[in-house]
Amino acid sequence: MKKLRDRVAALLDEGAVSLVIGYEEGTKRPRPLFCRNSESTGKLIFDSRCFHNLAVYVTKKELVGKERFAVTAPISTLRSILQLYVENQLSEEKLLVLTVDLNGELREFVTFEEILAYVAQFEMKRGEREQEILSKIEGMTREERWKFWMGEMSHCFKCYACRSACPLCYCTKCVVEVNRPQWINPWPSPISNMEWHVNRAMHMVGRCTACGACGDACPVGIPIDLITRKMMEDLAPEFGFVPGQPAKQGNALSSWKLDDREQFIR
Amino acid sequence: METKYISRDGITQWFEVIVTSGKRVYAPVNSHGQVDFKLVKSLSEVADDYIQTTQSIKASVYPKAEVLFSYEKEHGKVNLTDFDPDTIPETVLWRVHPCDAAGFRPLSAIFNWDSADKLHNAHLIKTSVVSFSCANADESCFCTSVNGSPGNTSGSDVQLTVLPDGGAIAEILTPKGEALVALLPSVFETDRGDKKEQYLVDLPARFSLEEVNAKLNKAFNSTVWKEQSERCIGCGACAFVCPTCACFDIQEDVHGSKGRRIRCWDACGFSLFTLHTSGHNPREHQSQRWRQRILHKFSYMPDRLSVVGCTGCGRCSRACPVDMNLLEHITSIAKQ
Amino acid sequence: MSEKNTYLPYLMTIEKVIKEAPGVKTYRLKFQDESEAALFDFKAGQFGEYSAFGEGESTFCIASSPTRKGYIECTFRDTGRVTSGLASLEEGSTMGFRGPYGNVFPLDEWKGKNLVFIAGGIALPPMRCVIWNVLDLRENFKDITIIYGAKSVNDLVYKEELKEWTERPDVRMVTTVDPGGQTADWKGEIGFVPTIVEKVAPSSENTIAIVCGPPIMIKFTFPVLEKLGFTDNQVYTTLENRMKCGVGKCGRCNVGKLYICKDGPVFSKEELNFIPAEEY
Repeated sequence: MKKLRDRVAALLDEGAVSLVIGYEEGTKRPRPLFCRNSESTGKLIFDSRCFHNLAVYVTKKELVGKERFAVTAPISTLRSILQLYVENQLSEEKLLVLTVDLNGELREFVTFEEILAYVAQFEMKRGEREQEILSKIEGMTREERWKFWMGEMSHCFKCYACRSACPLCYCTKCVVEVNRPQWINPWPSPISNMEWHVNRAMHMVGRCTACGACGDACPVGIPIDLITRKMMEDLAPEFGFVPGQPAKQGNALSSWKLDDREQFIR
Repeated sequence: METKYISRDGITQWFEVIVTSGKRVYAPVNSHGQVDFKLVKSLSEVADDYIQTTQSIKASVYPKAEVLFSYEKEHGKVNLTDFDPDTIPETVLWRVHPCDAAGFRPLSAIFNWDSADKLHNAHLIKTSVVSFSCANADESCFCTSVNGSPGNTSGSDVQLTVLPDGGAIAEILTPKGEALVALLPSVFETDRGDKKEQYLVDLPARFSLEEVNAKLNKAFNSTVWKEQSERCIGCGACAFVCPTCACFDIQEDVHGSKGRRIRCWDACGFSLFTLHTSGHNPREHQSQRWRQRILHKFSYMPDRLSVVGCTGCGRCSRACPVDMNLLEHITSIAKQ
Repeated sequence: MSEKNTYLPYLMTIEKVIKEAPGVKTYRLKFQDESEAALFDFKAGQFGEYSAFGEGESTFCIASSPTRKGYIECTFRDTGRVTSGLASLEEGSTMGFRGPYGNVFPLDEWKGKNLVFIAGGIALPPMRCVIWNVLDLRENFKDITIIYGAKSVNDLVYKEELKEWTERPDVRMVTTVDPGGQTADWKGEIGFVPTIVEKVAPSSENTIAIVCGPPIMIKFTFPVLEKLGFTDNQVYTTLENRMKCGVGKCGRCNVGKLYICKDGPVFSKEELNFIPAEEY
């Protein structure tokens, strides 16, 4: 921790970066911290409890400004950063990535390739919670699954915490914000909530890295991250992307190839 | 106002009579790691070992989506069908915390400001509140800092304070409360003289509302808003779980020639809230929206409606995905 | 409980459609229910929520004067979902109206004073109601000056009425278009509204100035009026903000301690000093 704090303080003092996005202790668990001077670096922490996907902040222009900035990134943040790179949302001149590896060593990445090489050693797999709920769902019939998810949708009140927490939901005008035509009804009701979540999931195919930020953010406890995680697992072989690796095609559902099975596009 | 004693068995019996009387009863229920109000039929379904429910009870008097009126277009003419208050069933909210019941006052103040909101009032009339005072609190609770307390009876029709023997002190506060008691008056025994204050959690006030109000009056251009809101991701979680947030949107639900005009929850924290059709957005930065949230609750509402827009329930802090701890932020403003 | 449902609109028939300018129309509306028509009254400055059934509601001022009974008028530009829905309606169609909402121009306080109306572009409608109101009670006021400008000749609204006001001997009408917006036969002024106000230089003595226009026009007009000696309580404006309910409940138009729909939309410059300028 001391090495991290010292390095961040040095980067800020030297003016190498104008901002470092990291973590500090929060009320019950770590929360994001924005260090703009070396005095605040004493609050910085970085451990396995640091959950939030800080990549959600790197595309917020009013937050990061025009100068170079840094992020302390656990694996979930790193994966999102990789995807943001292949979607042209980040530039190597502007972003410095810091992390602490499995040996407790401080690592710094300047280029996309460096992050890619580092991330490759981490396996993409379900945690206990995901495995428990997903294996139950996988044992359900289609009708049971629909009932399960509509039950969850009846709790959703369209606060959009899921969208706000997702680093890949950086669209300046979201599909729900279009009212001509009104693609998705804005008020909460089980079916219109389902429309929203299905629509969002469709925009995530090939892009979602199953960081779980959406499910964690949901104030009413809907395991919404499981929809995009399972979709990632199921559709990877269909569309040729690898979970955990950045997908250059971006949203698989808005890409097409001449040798696609389906003929309707001809 | 009358004070009685009700035994543990009496509570169970009274609950059952309320259910069988045909009223809908909503009570906190454990459901995948969270506790929230759900329709219940028996006391055994009701959770009792939690500090706070995830959502407030405001949906009972201000639904998250409701039909204002419906219409049908026919040969250039339009037929309107108004909202019918008789469609709202009698509802009892059971085991509500004092901070939630207290939320009805700021909520109703907004909905009855100068003109009466027919829908809200229709819900309110059909809703009775049986609150339970609080013997526990956690680090997010701060009712005592905002004119509240673990035994506050504002907004409640009956308040129960649970005693070591499982029975409770029953305060019968309003005619609605009396009507509920009248369903089974035999279980309401003479007051034993138990002192309510002994069974309430001790929650010291963390800031003074007057001090905060005074600081806020001078704080519009302060840098504190940008500092505090940096991690805010601009979702509506805090507004939606809040018992007093009332900002809403009006939308159209169209199916061919038929339609409904719908009111649904909205939040000043959303970037679109103040967006003009011209593209001009008076509050384009999250820091401005955060400032609006605080000023509206702690400065504008007290000034215009004589009620603070916060009951200290702490839900916003608990629900916030990035730990925007309201108590922490307000205390920091008070110390400025 | 026989409370009225605030959100239930009156049903109105579009009696007349007038094409004012590209994208801008005026609708003359009649109440379909005679008893509602008989009870309805409003004062200059107030606004309403106008419904296009199937699209939603939009906020416009009531552009006609309360001295003229039997109808109300609104003028709007086709810019979004609701206004384009409204624009597609024809004479005889039904639309909705909720109102009147908001506060009023304090005409009683202005009796015996000179009035200067300054408006730009699509901001003439909120002024038109008070201009006609004042002209219908002409003997109550002293000199009346109207300074109105738009981007181009085509963009001027209420073209017939501008002619009428120009021809009236008891009104000084100054019309201007932005430089480059004039046609070959344009006989009016050429210049931005604030520049023309400076040129006309109305006296501030015993005068009230009422200004309405896009933020940029207001920004440059206020200093001109100040230079001419107008104090903050001699200048009035009417504001716009994103609105939904119109009755101070939905929170959208809350700026500082004020709600534009309740405490406004009419404000004196003195009152405006209490609202944070960056938030409207």
